Amino acid sequence: MSAQTANLGVPPAPAAAAESEPPRRRRRNHLPYLLLAPTLLWLVVFFVVPIFTSVSASVQEGSLDQGYALTWRWANFADGWNQYNGQFGRSLLFAFLCTVFCLLMGYPLAYFIAFKGGRWKTLLMALVIVPSFTSFLIRTIAWKTILSDNGVIVHALSSLHILGFTSAIGFTVGNHVLASPAAVVCGMVYNFLPFTVLPLYTSLEKIDPRLHEAGADLYCSPLATWRRVTLPLSMPGVVGGTLLTFIPAVGDYVNAQLLGNPNTIVIGQSIEHEFLQDSTGYPIASALSVILMAATLAIVLVYVKKAGTEDLL
Amino acid sequence: MSAASSSPLSGPRTAAAPAAEPRTAAGRRGRGPVEWIRAHVLATTSVLVFVFLLAPNVVMFVMSFNAPIGRYNYIWHQFSADAWRHPCAVGDICQHMGLSLEIGVVAMIGSTVLGTMAAFAMSRHRFRARPMVNTLLFLPMAAPEIIMGATLLTLFFTTIGSGSMGFWTIVIGHIMFCLSYVVVTVKSRLAGMDPTLENAAQDLYATPLQTFMKVTLPLVAPGIMAAALLSFALSVDDYIVTKYTAGDQITFPLYVYGAVQRSVPTQIDVIGSMMMLVTMTGIMAMLVVSRVRARRR
Amino acid sequence: MVSRAAVPGESPGADGDLRLERVTKRFGSFTAVDDISLSIPQGSFFALLGASGCGKTTTLRMVSGLEDPTQGRIYLGQREVTDLKPYKRPVNTVFQNYALFPHLDIFENVAFGLRRRGVKDVRGQVEQMLELVELGHLARRKPAQLSGGQQQRVAVARALINQPQVLLLDEPLGALDLKLRRQMQIELKRIQTEVGLTFVHVTHDQEEAMTMADTIAVMNAGRIEQLGSPAQLYENPASTFVANFLGQSNLISGEVTGKDGDVITLDAQGRRLTLPVARARVEAGRIIAGVRPEKVSLALDESAIPAGHNVLTGGVVSDASFIGVSTQYLVKMPWGPEVGCEEMSVFEQNTGREIHRPGTPVLLHWHPAQTFGLDGSQDLDAGADLDDEAAA
Repeated sequence: MSAQTANLGVPPAPAAAAESEPPRRRRRNHLPYLLLAPTLLWLVVFFVVPIFTSVSASVQEGSLDQGYALTWRWANFADGWNQYNGQFGRSLLFAFLCTVFCLLMGYPLAYFIAFKGGRWKTLLMALVIVPSFTSFLIRTIAWKTILSDNGVIVHALSSLHILGFTSAIGFTVGNHVLASPAAVVCGMVYNFLPFTVLPLYTSLEKIDPRLHEAGADLYCSPLATWRRVTLPLSMPGVVGGTLLTFIPAVGDYVNAQLLGNPNTIVIGQSIEHEFLQDSTGYPIASALSVILMAATLAIVLVYVKKAGTEDLL
Repeated sequence: MSAASSSPLSGPRTAAAPAAEPRTAAGRRGRGPVEWIRAHVLATTSVLVFVFLLAPNVVMFVMSFNAPIGRYNYIWHQFSADAWRHPCAVGDICQHMGLSLEIGVVAMIGSTVLGTMAAFAMSRHRFRARPMVNTLLFLPMAAPEIIMGATLLTLFFTTIGSGSMGFWTIVIGHIMFCLSYVVVTVKSRLAGMDPTLENAAQDLYATPLQTFMKVTLPLVAPGIMAAALLSFALSVDDYIVTKYTAGDQITFPLYVYGAVQRSVPTQIDVIGSMMMLVTMTGIMAMLVVSRVRARRR
Repeated sequence: MVSRAAVPGESPGADGDLRLERVTKRFGSFTAVDDISLSIPQGSFFALLGASGCGKTTTLRMVSGLEDPTQGRIYLGQREVTDLKPYKRPVNTVFQNYALFPHLDIFENVAFGLRRRGVKDVRGQVEQMLELVELGHLARRKPAQLSGGQQQRVAVARALINQPQVLLLDEPLGALDLKLRRQMQIELKRIQTEVGLTFVHVTHDQEEAMTMADTIAVMNAGRIEQLGSPAQLYENPASTFVANFLGQSNLISGEVTGKDGDVITLDAQGRRLTLPVARARVEAGRIIAGVRPEKVSLALDESAIPAGHNVLTGGVVSDASFIGVSTQYLVKMPWGPEVGCEEMSVFEQNTGREIHRPGTPVLLHWHPAQTFGLDGSQDLDAGADLDDEAAA
C-alpha cells in the first residue's frame, strides 16, 4: 500500500532517509504548572500544612502563659475523647438527622423544579438560593422568632399534642420548641437544605422527561417509574447532596449555639471552648479536631465506597 | 407569550385549580380538598418546603420594622421604621459590616484570580499530577469548616502568634476555602465551551493571546462572574473560619454571633434585609435582561 | 496508475500546490495518519473520503496547523509550513460544527480574521462577502439566531474572506438535512469555481465527495487506499475496501487460469469468467473479480444471454425492492462467504422489464468488459460494514 501512496505524484523519498528522520520533539509545556502554582501553594500552605501543625499540636503540653512544648502526649486524645465523646455522638446524630430531613424535603423540591418548573426553573432555583445571600446568622436568629413560645408553630404543635410526644422522647423540652434538639436540627436543615437541593437539581435536570413516558409506556406506575428510572439516574445528585450536607453539618455549631440549650452542645462548641476560652486547652482542642477530621473522613470514604458500588439502597 | 406568563407556574398540572377541571360527573366525583392535595402531593410539598426556606427571610424583613421591648428583637411589639432610618445607630455595627465587605472584596479578587488560573490549567491541559491536584482542590470542600478554622489557628498560632492575627489572616482563610468553589465553577463553564472555537480563532490569524482575549475570556466571563459573586457571598457570610483567624478583629458575622449573648438590635434585621434586597434586585435584573435578550431573537 | 491529469491545468510543483511528504501522526501508540504523501494542485477541489477514525480529519488539522505531524513535512508551493503556527498559515478552515463565535454577531464573525491581520476597510469587505453568501440582511444577528444552512454559509464566508491559499472543509455539510445538503453542495462548488481557490474537503459521504470533487483520496486506517477522479475510483477500484466503500460491488474470488491477449480468464467455483487485462490488478494466482450491481442483468434461461457474457448460475432471488427508477434485487448464490458475496446485488433499470419475485431461480450475466480484477489476497468484506455508517 505504501508503494501505492508513494506513486501519488510526489517523487518518493529514499526510504532509508525517511526512516532516519527522528520524530519531532514535543515541547514540554510548563504552562499548566505555572497557572496552578499559586493555588497549589496556597492550598498546601494554608490547608495541608495546618493539618500537620494540628496533629503536632495535639500531642503537645503546656499553657498559654508558659508556652507549649512537643512532648508526644498521646493522652490528649484519650482525655479529649473521654471528656467529649457525648458531644461527638451528638454531632454525628444531628448531622445524620439533618441529612435525612434535607433529603426528604430537598428531593421533592428538586424534582418539582426540574420536571414541573417549565420556564420558571431558573426563577425557582433562584428562590432556593436567594436566602443564602443574606447572613445565615440573621436568618438563624429569625428562627428564634418563628419558634418562640407565643408563635404560631408552638401553638399549633401543642394544641395538636405533638409537643407532649416529642418532649417524651427528648426532642423538645416541656412546652417549648426553642432551646431543644428539635430546634437545632430544624435550624441545621434550614441552613443546609440548599446544599442538598443544588446537586439534586443538577442531576435531575439532566434526565430526559421522555424517560417518564417510556416508563409509563412500559407498565410502570408513576411511583415505580420513579423507583426504577428516575431514582437510579439521580443517584449522583443524591450522593453529592448528602455529602455536601453531612460534611458541613458535622462541624456546624452555630445552630446548636443559637437554637439549643446546654444539653445540645456539639463538638464544635467544645473545640471552640477549648481553643479560645481555656488557656491550657490548645492541645486538647487540636486533638478533638484531629479526631473529628478522621471520623468525618472515615464516614465519607465508607459512604462514597458504598454509593460507588450502588449498594446504597 | 403574555397569556402564558400570567400563570405563575407553567405546567397545567400544577396550575390547574379544582374549578377548572372538567365538570362531568366522573370528573367531579371525590373532588374534595383532600383529593386535590393528594393529586398534587408534589406541588404541595414543594410549596411547603419553599415556605420553610423563605419564612426566615420574611420574618427578618418584618422584624426590621419592629420596635422591640427590651434588648432582644425576638417578639413583635409595634411598627417602627426607626432602625431603617438609623441603620448604623447601634455600636459599631456599620464598621463591622464595612470590615466584612472589605475582606469580601479582597478575598473575592484573590480567590477568583487564582482559582480561574487553576481552572484553566485543569481543564485545558493533561499532565501527570492531574488526579492528585484534583483531589487537593476537592478536599477543602469536603472538610468541615471548623477543621479548616481550627487547623489554621494552630498554624498561625505557632508561626506568627495570636497577637498578629487580623485582617490578612482572615483573608488568607477565606481565599483558601473559596478557591475550590471558584475552580469548580469556572471549570464547568470551560467544560461547556466548544474547544473548536479556540481552534477557529487560531485558524483566523488570532495569536494565542488574542484567542484568549477575544474568544475564550468573553465566553468564560459568566462563569468567572458567578465564581466571583459566590466567593464574595461565602466570604461576607462566613462565621466559623473567621472566628478562628480573626485575632481581635470583629467582622459582621462575628458581631451578630456575639450580639445574641448581649442584645439583638433591630438594626441587625435591617442590614440583613438590605443584603437580601440588593441580591434579589440583582437577580431580578439578570433575569429580566436574559428574558429581554431571549425575546429579541 | 493514479493520474494527476484528472485535474486540469496543473503542472508539477506549481506555486500554489499543497504537498504532504511522508506525513505521519501518532497519538501515543495509536497511529492516526500513517506515512501519507499527497500533492494537491492549486485550484482543485480535493476530497478526503473515509469512515470516521480513518485519519482524514487529522490530516486536515495538520494542514491547518492545529495538529503537529509526528513525522514528515508539509509544503504550500515552495514554502515549508510544517512548523508554522495555525495563525500564521495562509490556510483557513470551515469547521464541522461551524465553530461560529457565539458572543459575536455575524458581521464580527466574518470580520474576525481581517481584524486580527490589521486589514483596512473591514466593513466594505465584510459587506461584500456577506452579499456573496446572501446574508447581508442578517449581519447584526448572533449565530444562534440563524438556521443551520445560514450558519454554514457564515462559516464559509468567515474563512473565504481571508483569501487563503487553501480552504479546508471539515465535514461542512454533516449537520444539514439531505435537501439542504444537496443545495449547499452545488453552492460550494459554485463558490469554488468562482474564486478558484484550492478546496480540501473532508467527508465520509461518498456521494458528496463524488458530486463535488475533482480528485478523491479514499482513506482507510491512516493510509490512502486510492486516489483519483470519481469515475476512476468507481470504475476501477484498486482494493476491495474501495470497491465496497464507494458504492456497492459484487465480489467473487477465483484463480487465474489463462491470459489470452488482453483478456484474462479465471475460474471461480468451476465457473469461467473473463475480464480485460487493463482492469486487472493481478495477472496470475488468486484474483477477485468484481462487478457493479447496475452492470449485471438477470435472465431466466441461457437462451436470453448474449454470447460472450460472463454468467453465474444457481442464483435465487431472495429480495426485490422496486424503487421507481430501478428494481434492486438480492440474489442468493450457492456458495459460502469465503468464495464471494453470498448475496449479489443487481440493479435493473425500470424499462418495463418483468419483476422477478423472491424465490425465482435466475442467471446473472454481464459484459466481461464491466469486470474488474483485484488482488486475491484481500479481505472480501473490507469497507463493506463501514458503508452503513458512512451513509448515515
